[in-house]
Amino acid sequence: MTIAAIAFWVFAIAAVASGLMVVASRNPVHSVLFLITAFISAAGLFVLMGAEYLAVLLIVVYVGAVAVLFLFVVMMLDVDFVELKQGFLRYLPLGGALAAVVVAELIMVAGVWTFPDEAGLARAHPAPTAAETVAHGAPNNIEALGLILYTDYVHYFQIAGVVLLIAMIGAIILTFRTREGVKKQDAARQIGRKREESVEVVHVKTGQGI
Amino acid sequence: MTDIMNGFSYAIPEVMLAVGAMALLIAGVFFGDKSAKPISLAAVLLLAAALLAALFIEPKQGASLFGGAFRADAFATFAKIIIYAAGAFAILMSDRYLAGEKLGRFEYPVLIVLATFGMSLMASANDLISLYMGIETHSLALYILAAFNRDSRRSTEAGLKYFVLGALSSGMLLYGASLIYGFAGSTSFQEIARVASASGADAGLIVGLVFLISGLAFKVSAAPFHMWAPDVYEGAPTPVTAFFASAPKIAGMALFVRALVAPFPDIIDQWRPVIAAIAIASMLIGAFSAIAQTNIKRLMAYSSIGHMGYALIGLAAGTKEGVSAVLIYMAIYVVMTIGTFACILLMRRRGGLTENISDLAGLSRTNGPMGLVVTILFFSLAGVPVTAGFFGKWFVFVAAVNAHMVWLAVVGAVISVISAYYYLRVVWIMWFNDPAPAFERGTAPALGFTAALCAVLIFPILVMPPFIGALIVAAQNAAAALF
Repeated sequence: MTIAAIAFWVFAIAAVASGLMVVASRNPVHSVLFLITAFISAAGLFVLMGAEYLAVLLIVVYVGAVAVLFLFVVMMLDVDFVELKQGFLRYLPLGGALAAVVVAELIMVAGVWTFPDEAGLARAHPAPTAAETVAHGAPNNIEALGLILYTDYVHYFQIAGVVLLIAMIGAIILTFRTREGVKKQDAARQIGRKREESVEVVHVKTGQGI
Repeated sequence: MTDIMNGFSYAIPEVMLAVGAMALLIAGVFFGDKSAKPISLAAVLLLAAALLAALFIEPKQGASLFGGAFRADAFATFAKIIIYAAGAFAILMSDRYLAGEKLGRFEYPVLIVLATFGMSLMASANDLISLYMGIETHSLALYILAAFNRDSRRSTEAGLKYFVLGALSSGMLLYGASLIYGFAGSTSFQEIARVASASGADAGLIVGLVFLISGLAFKVSAAPFHMWAPDVYEGAPTPVTAFFASAPKIAGMALFVRALVAPFPDIIDQWRPVIAAIAIASMLIGAFSAIAQTNIKRLMAYSSIGHMGYALIGLAAGTKEGVSAVLIYMAIYVVMTIGTFACILLMRRRGGLTENISDLAGLSRTNGPMGLVVTILFFSLAGVPVTAGFFGKWFVFVAAVNAHMVWLAVVGAVISVISAYYYLRVVWIMWFNDPAPAFERGTAPALGFTAALCAVLIFPILVMPPFIGALIVAAQNAAAALF
């Protein structure tokens, strides 16, 4: 067994196990933590496939932003998950029937599924490895994504940027309020003030006070 | 690299709008809300400059840019010019209102410019992805504008309702687009047209097309996807409603036409009945639901639903003549709508805007010029002969007759007579009911000017040769670009 194969099994088992724990654990905070483990394991699997950019993206976006947001939501909204789980048995027949329908559909789809030859090749060799890209002078996958985003898809890419800008403007307009009377630290003013402005020398005669 | 640079040269109006909006945003953040007025003015100038740019860079034969995602042709130019003009008027008309409601924030013109940017992408969309991106860009800006008066319950409700239903319609549209992509193997309109004509009426393609039509019908508020319009129109700040009723409608209709005529010309028998059904449903809803309305903004919402129905008759015809009729209809509709909303914004008494139809009672006596302008506008909305609204309907019906859809033209004509009732009822209230208290006068010269200009434009005895004539020629050129 090569190191890559060992790493694969470690990440794969970790991903599946933590995925199960997300559903199974009683405490929702634990669920979110297991979700983060699942993301990290999946990122490891991406690295093994030679998709290092996706791996980095998964960590930065999903672990760094989405999972932390989940964590905040779970911790701040006091949702009683035990109560939500009540009636599980009552809805089991309906849920089970729906699940059976979906499984039947999946089996029917799988029955007529055919893989084109390219898919088999792609599966065996998903992305050029770092060594290969160096040898052939081909762009690695971050460069390849950048090249395609800024040439073939530049139109969509720029529009997507504007959409995000609009979303940001919207979030600020609809929620941001300047509050009056908040004491803020203004470093420039603190540093910029002079001795004459802030210190007053008062001559007080002994025993008289000001 | 040169290809990309060439691409940008035909997209100069869009580049101007996007870059200009960002520059205005930075200026606004830097100078704060007290700069709202100069920024509004700059946004109007920006839209005017984009309009001129769109006029001058129009390629003779039409050009496809960015790998076919963006199409610059006479059709797109026609739509863009109306969109930019409507955007500029939406900003000009908002001045007095926003100041009165203490909403004078610099983000307002910036969002309008960004929305027109999205609409202009819609007018040029030539690919399922750019279609969706254009729709999302403009919708997102519109959701925010609907909720712009965030301290008002009705405004936030309008924004939320529009957002949720808009997301639903985007879902339908995307589902349809994914089916079309799956069965045609490409997102490009030309490629889909090739596959659709080769494989004929493939079931998957048809299902996808129906979902696409549903999503687009939602965006132009055609029945049965119209239910958001009255609530959103009523709840949104009135200048925003004026914008909703004008520019997005022409952008949506241009996209509707291009998304059906460019990729699916050979399976017109499949989509023609769907469009005809949507058209009839919209006209009926517009005609009958409007009768019971007491709020003028809701009345205009139902009126716009009805007008979308008439415009869709031209699309159902599916011919070059039909497409040019849609464009003429939409151009006239936008002029009438902007004029009417300018008048609605002038319905101001001490203590704010009034929105009830009963507030217009006896307007001809309390404010003669305004009464005359509203009368002309409502006659035109009703399609009374000698007004432009009549010519719009005329071209649409003639196109339907020439496409062997006489029954559709007859149904449209009958419903337009029915819908004339509620327009004429408003006119009746203005001329023959006991006067309500007079509106404030002279507070917003820009609004009065806009309303008067629109009334002159749609009163064709005065301007028939220059305005309607030029409009017909331009619409015919624009329609020719699609065939």
